[in-house]
Amino acid sequence: MNATDNHKDVSPKGAASVRMRGVDKSFGSLTVLQELDLDVEPGERVVIIGPSGSGKTTILRVTMTLERIDSGTIQIGGQHLYHEQASSGQLKGASEKHIRGVRSNIGMVFQHFNLFPHMSAIENIMLAPVKVHGKSRKEAQQIGMELLDKVGLIEHANHTPGQLSGGQKQRVAIARALATQPSVMLFDEVTSALDPELVGEVLNVLRDIAEEGKTTMMLVTHEMGFAREIADRVLMFDAGRMIEGGPPSELLGNPQHERTRSFLGAVAEH
Amino acid sequence: MEDWLLTPSQYGSLMGGARATLQLLAQAFVLGVVLSLIVGVGRLSERRWVRGISFAFVEFARGISSIILLFILVIAIPILLQDVFPWVRGQPVIVMASIALGINMGGYGAEIIRGSILAVPKGQTEATIALNLNPTQRLRYVVLPQAMRIILPPMGNLTIEILKGTALVSVAGGFDLMRVTSNLEASMLAGGVIGVTVLYVNVLVIYFVMAQIINGLFRLGERTLDKRFQQREGRAALPITTIHSGGG
Amino acid sequence: MSDATQTEPTADEPEGDAPPGAAVSFQLDQRHKWYRRPDIVVPVVLVFLGLTMLAVADTPSARFRSEFAPPGDVRFDWAYFFHLVPQMLQGLFVTARATVLGFLIAASLGLVLALLRRSESRWLSFPAVAVIEFIRSTPILVQMFFAQVLVRATPAISLNALVILFIVVGIHYATYASEAYRAGINSVPQGQWEAATALNLDPLTKWTRIIIPQAVPNVLPTLGNYLVAAFKDVPIGDAVLSTGGVLFMANTIRSSDFRAVEPYLLIGVGFLLVSLPAAWLVRRLEERISYERD
Repeated sequence: MNATDNHKDVSPKGAASVRMRGVDKSFGSLTVLQELDLDVEPGERVVIIGPSGSGKTTILRVTMTLERIDSGTIQIGGQHLYHEQASSGQLKGASEKHIRGVRSNIGMVFQHFNLFPHMSAIENIMLAPVKVHGKSRKEAQQIGMELLDKVGLIEHANHTPGQLSGGQKQRVAIARALATQPSVMLFDEVTSALDPELVGEVLNVLRDIAEEGKTTMMLVTHEMGFAREIADRVLMFDAGRMIEGGPPSELLGNPQHERTRSFLGAVAEH
Repeated sequence: MEDWLLTPSQYGSLMGGARATLQLLAQAFVLGVVLSLIVGVGRLSERRWVRGISFAFVEFARGISSIILLFILVIAIPILLQDVFPWVRGQPVIVMASIALGINMGGYGAEIIRGSILAVPKGQTEATIALNLNPTQRLRYVVLPQAMRIILPPMGNLTIEILKGTALVSVAGGFDLMRVTSNLEASMLAGGVIGVTVLYVNVLVIYFVMAQIINGLFRLGERTLDKRFQQREGRAALPITTIHSGGG
Repeated sequence: MSDATQTEPTADEPEGDAPPGAAVSFQLDQRHKWYRRPDIVVPVVLVFLGLTMLAVADTPSARFRSEFAPPGDVRFDWAYFFHLVPQMLQGLFVTARATVLGFLIAASLGLVLALLRRSESRWLSFPAVAVIEFIRSTPILVQMFFAQVLVRATPAISLNALVILFIVVGIHYATYASEAYRAGINSVPQGQWEAATALNLDPLTKWTRIIIPQAVPNVLPTLGNYLVAAFKDVPIGDAVLSTGGVLFMANTIRSSDFRAVEPYLLIGVGFLLVSLPAAWLVRRLEERISYERD
């Protein structure tokens, strides 16, 4: 119920690495991820692109444990997410408790914000620090207000999501995710549901987070200009596989694969 | 007009009966809500056996006739189970009747709770997972508060159904408004059938008024919730400026 | 099996992860053997446990004999329990007949009430609303007593108890049915009304050929639910009006044989054996209709 059984700091705060090995995921007969190997270095900013149905969002969702993987392993900061070391030294399926421990290093921002409509902005942000991390309300309020200031919404602290614009909602959602000081941040098409004129304010916040460099960032986005600007590496996905990856200048400027070229062409026209 | 009224002393007895009915309703309501929550959440459990038991309970509680359940609990169970659970022996009718009505309410209430939880958008649960809330916290702070608005209207109707169900205890030997009515009827027979008809009209009106009051209370609850969802500034607002200067 | 029933999710917005325990999971159960499905195993286990408890309450010496144990000797007598089955079935038949007759009244009177309530004349709609609300929010048990007294007070009418019972049940559930009809009528799309007007149909044709045929399929599952609900309320008549249904049978046996446990448990079981399949049928109908609507 309370903070007591929850959070133990499993790894030092600060950016952590993500390492995936042989990850498979399918829904019924549909294979979404196939034998995926992926390494993200601590503090690295990786942008994942690809057509819809390519599995790019699923990568974020299995990392956040919103979907469970079928096989393979995922490590966050060197710790297995879905597995624990048995006493024999072999890996076995992790307990919920273990998953919760590792998961506390990960934060996620959603395409559709998923703010809690019955709480004000500041209450949205304070929920996890108070209930999961056992901070006092006062302390959590302090953190929350600082974060709201950072995303430029300090005056909207007591507004409910229903009273905010899409861009403001997404900025609150980012602040909410930051409040738990995650080592890895996942951004799932965070600007796709926004009116075009509101995209800029959200991207500005993302730029700030990137500049601070305190966290590893994995982003799924269709904003190619932004990807070019922010990413250390861009990965192109299609049909559940990574087909190429590299620095944005190379991958976006001079793609090797036909599939990537046609995809980038289609996005550019759009 | 006076033809339709009873004597003050008769109204006095009826009010006593109404109080007993409301007490019975309150007991059944508390048990019913508790069962609804446990079973409704149990229906969505990840554990198969919890789901199975909850499902069996709902099917039983909704399938059985409430008056038969009442007779089973008031008459059969105390005899059958007195060796295993000595507690059931010699319980007042009103206690067993509350349990019967509570079980009945729990079956229907569980389905209301289950449906409303499923109606909360999936993204809300995903956000709570991303924030690493545990399952109980997810329900308590995020899912149930939002489900509340969907729960209240059918819960109000269900409560009125249970109010109507309380009248059944009179035929199983319990004391309530209907029992008082039967007693009055027996004493009035000399006064002729017209008087008895008037008595029943009055009793029906009393039940109707009680139902309307329950209805009104639930409407009030809905209105309060709506207000809280729409504009929260007035309520529990934080003093922004002081925190800001402190936080910077 | 599961592959065929699941909708094809797209990769980015998978639908295969409905919350655990949602309707989906019960569908998924179908690929398991019956003994791995909780919806089958749990009832079986519960029934078994119940029987075991009864068997424990029974004393071994009380079984296999031609005479029944005197009341008080055993808590539960199996032989006596099964001996009552024919009487219970008789009672169940009376209960079912009263339910069906009552429901015929409810289904037709309900439509009339719904139409009255929709009427543009306030002289019709207001009384309809008042009657519906009043009857819906007062106990059917009190209404039965009231009807009994009313019949007694009117020398011109003489009705037997069963007739009073199904009339009261019919009127009571007509108020519920009227709300179902109202919702069904409101669910007919606006365009249908406008098309009927555009074709200059007279009101009778509009209602009988356009509106009601479209409203009724939406109403059927709700009416089915009320049929089951009415079935559950009919035994009240046994206690109030001494109609010969299941509860009357149990009450009679209790006072003649001084045995309370067996008859009440037996009618409980018998009742569930009818009401549960009925409820399942209604649910199937519900799913079927919502499927066709999509």
